[in-house]
Amino acid sequence: MRSHKEGPLSVLRVALLVSLVSSVVVAATAVGLQPMQQENRRRDREHQLLAIVGLDNDLLSDEQTSKLFRERIAPRLVDLETGDYLATPPGEAGFDPLTWEGARAAVNPAWSRRLTREEDIAGLQRRERYAVVYTLMQGEQVETLILPVRGYGLWSTLYGFLAIDADLNTVRGLRFYEHKETPGLGGEVDNPRWQAKWPGKRVFGEDGAVKLRVGKAGGAGSDENSRWRVDALAGATLTSDGVNAMIRFWLGPTGYGPYLQTLRQSGSAS
Amino acid sequence: MSAAAITLSTVKGRRLAVLFDPVFNNNPIALQILGICSALAVTSNLRTSLVMSVALTLVTAFSNLFISLLRKQIPASIRMIVQMVIIASLVIVVDQILRAVAFDLARQLSVFVGLIITNCIVMGRAEAFAMQNPPLPAFLDGLGNGLGYSVLLIALGFIRELLGSGTLLGATILPSVAGGGWYIGNGLLLLPPSAFFLIGLFIWALRTWKPDQVEAPEFRLAPQVSGQEPEGEVH
Repeated sequence: MRSHKEGPLSVLRVALLVSLVSSVVVAATAVGLQPMQQENRRRDREHQLLAIVGLDNDLLSDEQTSKLFRERIAPRLVDLETGDYLATPPGEAGFDPLTWEGARAAVNPAWSRRLTREEDIAGLQRRERYAVVYTLMQGEQVETLILPVRGYGLWSTLYGFLAIDADLNTVRGLRFYEHKETPGLGGEVDNPRWQAKWPGKRVFGEDGAVKLRVGKAGGAGSDENSRWRVDALAGATLTSDGVNAMIRFWLGPTGYGPYLQTLRQSGSAS
Repeated sequence: MSAAAITLSTVKGRRLAVLFDPVFNNNPIALQILGICSALAVTSNLRTSLVMSVALTLVTAFSNLFISLLRKQIPASIRMIVQMVIIASLVIVVDQILRAVAFDLARQLSVFVGLIITNCIVMGRAEAFAMQNPPLPAFLDGLGNGLGYSVLLIALGFIRELLGSGTLLGATILPSVAGGGWYIGNGLLLLPPSAFFLIGLFIWALRTWKPDQVEAPEFRLAPQVSGQEPEGEVH
């Protein structure tokens, strides 16, 4: 016996109603909780930025962390094409550096450009023109530069920060704040023991090109080159390759290259 | 009147059975061997185990409730899709709430909260129970299966965190050598395979306690009889 509910019209009606109600519930939750999530993300970013330069402390309250962050770390907007500082991105009056997302700016045609296939080694497709970088201040002097980086791994885009010292050549640290790599394999980019391999590495070779890479040891000159090499993660070749491409892209001429050049010419990073 | 009381008590008894049977008698992980993936992944410490347990219990209970409420309207031809939409929506809601109120835990659980959508326990209960039963028993069944999952997860989280790191919920119980104490953590317990061993031991213990859960073997070795000896061969 075929019951009434099996008719095509009632199938459509149930499908429509269930989808409608579900989407309203999901959308309402997402929108309703967004302020809290935004606040969590902002707090987490302060945490990450302090942690990468070794100032994070679990004993600090959220307010103390915020205070320390405001005292020591200054966000600055950089034009990646020219390498100069800017006050605000063109056409953006209510610009807030702490909520600026490079990935979001990269989908806005006015603030970004499409990368050519040769340039796009990190799998980004588009790169924003304006990026917010963070400077750790020691009095008036810039002590460390913290650059947002992102790139495609195996499953997802990894979002993180790369910190380099005022000599613009020595790595201070690399941390990711968002990714969806396989836990236990690619997810080991969050492992403190792997992160500890980064500080002290050098970025540029004698010819001024990016020499830092993520890979395995071996081959001629392996020992001499270990200052420019971070061991890849075992069992996570594609994630490691992604991190490698990300580093080379962002420190290279299509990434922060012009900005780093400007800093070098001005003689100091301040 | 006594007849009414008996009916009432049996109804109550049946509801209690629906609620508590999945905990030991019909445990979704230990007997049905479902939901193993997340049980391996999130149990390296007690805190994530607890959060995952609560998340899965809520999703199973409420997906059962809503699917049961709609069971007379859902056409058989699209019932799986309707179930998936309801389950997926609930999982997204739980995930969003976690990200708002427990950001660090949500990050540690990474993809596993989202993967509740594909957890066989949720879909299995929706299809096997909620589609045939009224809302209250369906809700209790979902709650019960969530509890069955939780019991195992919490046991795993407890053992793995205590013996692996010497802590419980982050508080030091066995002071580790690295922190100046005497306890050398068992590193294996922090890795996913250890959950496999522990689940195996748990199943063994459970089936020793309740022998009716032992499955019939799929084949038996035939007893060796003397007639099978090769005869007439030249030695």
